[in-house]
Amino acid sequence: MRQSSRNRAFTVLGISVALLVAVFLSPFASTQPDGLDRVSQDHGFDTKAAENPPSHQLPFYSIFDEYAVRGVPAAIATPLAGLVGTLATFGIAWSLGKLLVKGDSPTPIDRMPSADE
Amino acid sequence: MTQAVSFVAGFLPYPQLALHVPDGFLNLPVTLITWVLSIALIAVSLNKVQAEYKERAVPLMGVCAAFIFAAQMINFPIPGGTSGHLLGGTLAGILLGPWAGSLVMAVVFIVQAVLFQDGGLTALGANIFNMGLIGTFAGYYLYKAIRSSIGMNRWRGMAIASFVASWTSVMVAAIFCAFQLAFSGTIPLGVALTAMAGWHFLIGIGEALITLVVVSYVWRTRPDLLFDPPRSRMVNSMPRAVSPR
Repeated sequence: MRQSSRNRAFTVLGISVALLVAVFLSPFASTQPDGLDRVSQDHGFDTKAAENPPSHQLPFYSIFDEYAVRGVPAAIATPLAGLVGTLATFGIAWSLGKLLVKGDSPTPIDRMPSADE
Repeated sequence: MTQAVSFVAGFLPYPQLALHVPDGFLNLPVTLITWVLSIALIAVSLNKVQAEYKERAVPLMGVCAAFIFAAQMINFPIPGGTSGHLLGGTLAGILLGPWAGSLVMAVVFIVQAVLFQDGGLTALGANIFNMGLIGTFAGYYLYKAIRSSIGMNRWRGMAIASFVASWTSVMVAAIFCAFQLAFSGTIPLGVALTAMAGWHFLIGIGEALITLVVVSYVWRTRPDLLFDPPRSRMVNSMPRAVSPR
């Protein structure tokens, strides 16, 4: 099927772009506070952020210190976290779609099966 | 961002990428209300996707989630010593429609909060509501209204609609966030609105540019993948002999 190989090509291209961004651009991200951070610092409520939030009780906290893998050189800590996070996000969203979508609805007979997949 | 982290942020060897509402900014009522709203809308979305979406949307859901996660890591500088990053809700809505789009956004925020301590677990409902649901639903319907008024099948209609809707969705998300902070007694409403809207006016321009670039690329290469494909250039299952341009 031409159409399905085009779809596969688009998927591969999309995931590649996402990985390139997460791995190679993430070290160049601005270190300035973002909008909410900035407002919280300017108006003195950044101190309200929980010192020990519930997410620190999760096992992932021993692997990731925010967007940085613990215990690896600083240069690759964030790219590695970006790689893992991008793949995890892709996998979960794709799986969720797979679980929910039951393929083309079997009810209407008036249309040809689509040539997508 | 925890206090300790914000204190040392300037000295860290790697970029500090905390993005969302942390635990502790919102009080219990606001936390609960945003959770309830988020869960309700996600439940509706799950049903809608199950009922109406087709197989072809599945890989696009994965790609869209991956791209938005990656793009959210890239803080771009804005004038005044602040940074912004893509939220991506409107982009997800344009590509996948509001139902699958909001699920994709929820996945992104859950991964960020659970794996990377970005955005509090208790504040997850608020983060999903502000950046995911407002972006996908409000952003998508505004985009659709603008696009159909200018020309559903014209690039100009798509471009203006994407730009305006994505900018607006960031502003509305920031305003909602300001209200939540004020209702929580964290900051007076007037101050919150001015500060949040002021910075996000600029951040929204970045959002609009990124959204425009991505949507334009899809429009040129695979317009059939858009949730509302342009009718004049619909790709049927026959491979096209010549490119439309």
